[in-house]
Amino acid sequence: MEIKLQIDEQLKTESKIINDFSITVATVNGSGSQTSNAAILRAIFKMGIPVSGKNIFPSNIQGLPTWYTIRVNKDGFVARKREADILVAMNPATFVKDLESLIPGGAFFYADDIRLAITRDDIVAYPMPVKHLIRQVDIPAYLRDYVANMVYVGVLAQMIGIDLEKIRQALEFHFKGKAKPVEINFGVVSLAAEWAKENLEKKDPYLLQPMNATSGLILTDGNTAAALGAIYGGVQFVSWYPITPATSLAENLQQYLPKLRKDPETGKNTYVVVQAEDELAAIGMAIGAGWGGLRAMSSTSGPGLSLMTEYLGLGYFAEVPVVVWDIQRVGPSTGLPTRTAQGDLTFVAFMGHGDTQNIILMPGSVNECFEFAWKAFDLAEQFQTPVIVLSDLDFGMNQWMGRPFEYPDVPMNRGKVLWEEDLEKLDGKWARYLDIDGDGIPYRTVIGNRHPKAAYFTRGTGHDEYANYSEDPEDWHALLNRLKKKFETFKPYLPQPVQEKTEGAKINLVSFGSTEPAIQEARAHLKKQGITTDFTRLRSYPFTDKVKEICSHYERNYVIEINRDGQLHQLLRMHFPELASKMISYAYTDGLPLTAKQLVDFIVSKEKQDE
Amino acid sequence: MSEQALPTDVRVVVNSIGLTKADYRGNPSTLCQGCGHNSISSQIIAACYELNLYPEEIVKFSGIGCSSKSLFYFLNRSFGFNGLHGRMPSLATGALFADHTLRGIGVSGDGDTASIGMGQFKHLLRRNMRLVYIVENNGVYGLTKGQFSATADQGLELKSHGINPYMPIDIAWEALVGHATFVARSFAGDPKQVKELIKAALNHNGVAVLDIISPCVTFNNVDHATHSYAWGKNHETALHELSYVPRAEEILLEYDEGETREVELHDGSVILLRKLGRDYDPTNREAAIKVLEEANSCHCLITGLIYIDPNQPSMWDIFQLTDTPLNRLKENQLRPPQETLAELNRVFQA
Ligand SMILES: Cc1ncc(C[n+]2csc(CCOP(=O)(O)OP(=O)(O)O)c2C)c(N)n1
Ligand code: SF4
Ligand SMILES: [Mg+2]
Repeated sequence: MEIKLQIDEQLKTESKIINDFSITVATVNGSGSQTSNAAILRAIFKMGIPVSGKNIFPSNIQGLPTWYTIRVNKDGFVARKREADILVAMNPATFVKDLESLIPGGAFFYADDIRLAITRDDIVAYPMPVKHLIRQVDIPAYLRDYVANMVYVGVLAQMIGIDLEKIRQALEFHFKGKAKPVEINFGVVSLAAEWAKENLEKKDPYLLQPMNATSGLILTDGNTAAALGAIYGGVQFVSWYPITPATSLAENLQQYLPKLRKDPETGKNTYVVVQAEDELAAIGMAIGAGWGGLRAMSSTSGPGLSLMTEYLGLGYFAEVPVVVWDIQRVGPSTGLPTRTAQGDLTFVAFMGHGDTQNIILMPGSVNECFEFAWKAFDLAEQFQTPVIVLSDLDFGMNQWMGRPFEYPDVPMNRGKVLWEEDLEKLDGKWARYLDIDGDGIPYRTVIGNRHPKAAYFTRGTGHDEYANYSEDPEDWHALLNRLKKKFETFKPYLPQPVQEKTEGAKINLVSFGSTEPAIQEARAHLKKQGITTDFTRLRSYPFTDKVKEICSHYERNYVIEINRDGQLHQLLRMHFPELASKMISYAYTDGLPLTAKQLVDFIVSKEKQDE
Repeated sequence: MSEQALPTDVRVVVNSIGLTKADYRGNPSTLCQGCGHNSISSQIIAACYELNLYPEEIVKFSGIGCSSKSLFYFLNRSFGFNGLHGRMPSLATGALFADHTLRGIGVSGDGDTASIGMGQFKHLLRRNMRLVYIVENNGVYGLTKGQFSATADQGLELKSHGINPYMPIDIAWEALVGHATFVARSFAGDPKQVKELIKAALNHNGVAVLDIISPCVTFNNVDHATHSYAWGKNHETALHELSYVPRAEEILLEYDEGETREVELHDGSVILLRKLGRDYDPTNREAAIKVLEEANSCHCLITGLIYIDPNQPSMWDIFQLTDTPLNRLKENQLRPPQETLAELNRVFQA
């Protein structure tokens, strides 16, 4: 007791920690905690405070531990932080470990029906009478379990200062305006907040204060952004097979397409979504649709992409436009199916047998998930080739702040498609694989074109410029080289690297995808330690000379990625061998998003070595 | 279409849309002479000609195999896509959504359908996509040189592969239990029936499975053939190099409805063909199951239209698409207006 008092004193003297901490909620999956966590997250966002939310969940439907981490940071650094400052313990199975993981001085909120000892004195522990409070709520018994998790929302709101009105708004967002569930859930939140006000005394330093740092921003996940981007890109055909973490992309398409893409006059659909029997069929359908002149896509993750490989190779060779999203998870094999990684880069770059090269887009924010989703269709159709978009679980399923989505600023590019009237003008003289324009991109016709000269035969076997079967060595050689030429043609059309420069920086941090928040935070820390860095985020593959130009500028380029073998590092050295000695790999994978700290530690140690 | 001025002294036979047989032709076949697949191609040509279909309104699909190659040997004026082994159903499904006014013809083999493609085949059936699905069934893998396929009879002996120890897959049976809405079986050597069935299939609003027994004249069982057929194949193989492909005649036969016929195939084995009688009702599923089961126990093959359900909605009907083909929709029909995005942004905003 005496020790406890001592700590209380200590805490009081310490200054409050405002808008800079992380909260981890430990629950059991399938217990309805998603709604509670989403409500906390969005309420904080609506208070104007920069925030992010990441779900560290098991590959299981019900009953295994799940952690939801919310990072609040007034400076906008919202990458994952390993340490929890506040822990909400709702899961008896992980209670002891959760308690141990809390930082000294942290706040520990726990359901008081978990009858386990609080073994630490260097933290502040707050019991929450979850069961007791829920019993007082006037709702049918079967609903009680679902709303029990709202108790911690109310208690937290009271103790760290989440605006209750913002929680109500967040619940309205979550339940899409449905009054009844909002009322029930908010009732529990209010009750719990009231209880906390009367029964708990604030002894921890963590507090929220409204800011104005999120106004105008949006909070969403990458899969929602991708689905919407595809819809505004005019997607017409989607075939998919369920796989975490790609499923929600297709499900978002299914949710939004009926609202956005019915013919206003007839009410008829301008799109098709098919849940295929497997990825072999999902890609077959998408390739068929792309060949038929539809904007076609599929979404999957590593295992599914493996099954799609043969058709994508055919798509490359037969020059069929199609877009496939790979929401990467941890492999090889089923690996850690509910954890994040950037491990499919080299696989995707060379996917297909024989000489294949694929366009890869690598979005680095929810905004780019939206933008690349519509751009991918333009690129696929313009260059008549599959386009793979590499996202990951962290993007796809976690909540990120971003700017409002921007409406496409250019008309759709449907590529070189000839219809009846075009063939009329050409007097029917055209050939499917003839490189008329000298850019490697031939003209194509699509089914339904009634001109008697429109049809051609598409095959995976060797063919000449007239789409006839050919085993002629010259035809084969010429065809593969034209495909290579096409590859050169499209490079300048791909999204170029994003760059951030600082005066006097000698080192450059190179990355792609979802790691930017951790890198930016690391750069700020490094700067404080006297290490100035520039930043380059690659956004597409094949790399252009621009990448080479940027990297050659620095003494050291740290290539940062979430995988074991340094796949981006490999590709960069392969394409620019002359820069190999200037590339240092930081590749790390443990299933979790990158943290600033691990990166700072690595770079500081390396730079010290170098001195 | 095809309105070229023709020399007046040449009499050209045209169908009622003014097209000649030549307008339906494909490239010269490179399959073996006498291969059953060739005669099926001819009947596809004849059926489309006689049905007065514009070739531009037909789309051809196939998987991989000798059978799948035959796509190139008919309907040159139709678009065609020779896809992946066993994965033609998905390809056709996606493509046909591009323009719902088109008819699809898919050609597959017994390996392509009953082995690697069994999954896609079954799922094509349950979706009832409007596609004529022809299996050119020869009981072997032709293109990879004569391995047993999954439809090969148990106990069949092939020269380089011994005796097939496994039970066969019956494609018509699979189609029927898989809820295909049109199931037929025929024999490539019976061109009239093949043609009539293709015509019926082209007119079916849904998936139409045609399991056509299509003898492979090259990878037969010559060594063990005790019955000789009048084409001297036994002798010829013995005299030539292994890679030599002997000439053979197509097996042609005619028989009446209700009759059972014994047919000796190129490999010396015998199949029994029995035509279904006039009183057979192909819309009765139970009867169809019964007739296939009976055929199974008497080791004969039922040919003709085994089952049809013309009333099931096709996959297209389910999707409620615009009357304009999807691939002709313009940007303003595909990209929602800007206000809708502003509204969505408001929802996600702080
Ligand atoms: C993925 C894949 N595996 C194997 C092959 C090799 N292959 C080509 S044709 C064929 C069998 C074809 O048999 P069938 O479908 O019965 O056609 P047939 O030649 O007898 O007409 C195989 C196994 C291939 N092309 N693709
Ligand atoms: S090998 Fe058999 S199936 Fe192939 S073309 Fe020759 S006869 Fe026909
Ligand atoms: Mg075969």
